Amino acid sequence: MTTTPIVLNRDTMTVTRETDVVPFRSRVKEHAVKIGMSLLNQTKLITGASELVRNMLKYGNGGIVKIEIVSKGRDSGIRLTFEDKGPGIPNIDKAMQDGFTTGRSMGLGLPGTKRLMNEFTIKSEVGVGTTVTVTKWKNG
Amino acid sequence: MEKIPILRMGHFLLVTIQVDLYDQLAENLEADLVSMVSKTNAKGVLIDVSSVSIIDSFMGRILGNIATMSKIMDADTVVVGMQPAVAITLVELGLPLKGVYTALNVERGMELLRSKILLEEEDQEEENDDDTDSTE
Repeated sequence: MTTTPIVLNRDTMTVTRETDVVPFRSRVKEHAVKIGMSLLNQTKLITGASELVRNMLKYGNGGIVKIEIVSKGRDSGIRLTFEDKGPGIPNIDKAMQDGFTTGRSMGLGLPGTKRLMNEFTIKSEVGVGTTVTVTKWKNG
Repeated sequence: MEKIPILRMGHFLLVTIQVDLYDQLAENLEADLVSMVSKTNAKGVLIDVSSVSIIDSFMGRILGNIATMSKIMDADTVVVGMQPAVAITLVELGLPLKGVYTALNVERGMELLRSKILLEEEDQEEENDDDTDSTE
């Protein structure tokens, strides 16, 4: 049984440069603190968000991030949607493998972030762009 | 331009990261540290990350790079004071920080670096002893 979470608050931020990363992380933190998320979950959320925003800058030339406070049943959490209009990912299964990279990095971003979050979905179309949606529950 | 200060303490270099680093600042720190190791003949680098709330794969890579580069320049690197939440997150992310020594706090980190220097000196003395033996 899955119920769709209710969105309580919505905030968007455009990320186009590397210097936007730190302010973006602070913004996510603010929202996480607002709902009373534990320090450990905050750290996981912000680290994962940082990985995804870097991916977006590196491979998608930046994009828009939606930061939402969502509520499902008794639990509340933060949902982040990263949307870019980059080249897209031809093989998502491969991109989700530990250690796979087309760049110079270690290839931990996507699989590592999936481990840090409670929910993780990725949609990508070659030539159109990539959308990654993640949710971290307050008590997840 | 902003810079992370590098303090010299005897044979060691001490860096305290007080802010969440943006990428350029982290890359500059890497370059500054390696050139400081060369300039000062430092035998050890101690990096205090107790005020750092986020270490992502980029920052982890920078720490790893500093350790590897310093090692090539004959200096050991110790990262101290990592917050528990950061350590848990790093492991779940899959970043093992290979080749980086860690210690709980600055004091223990200094001890670790000192013990490494002592070990090296002992090794050298032994080598010298061997040399004198062979000339006899």
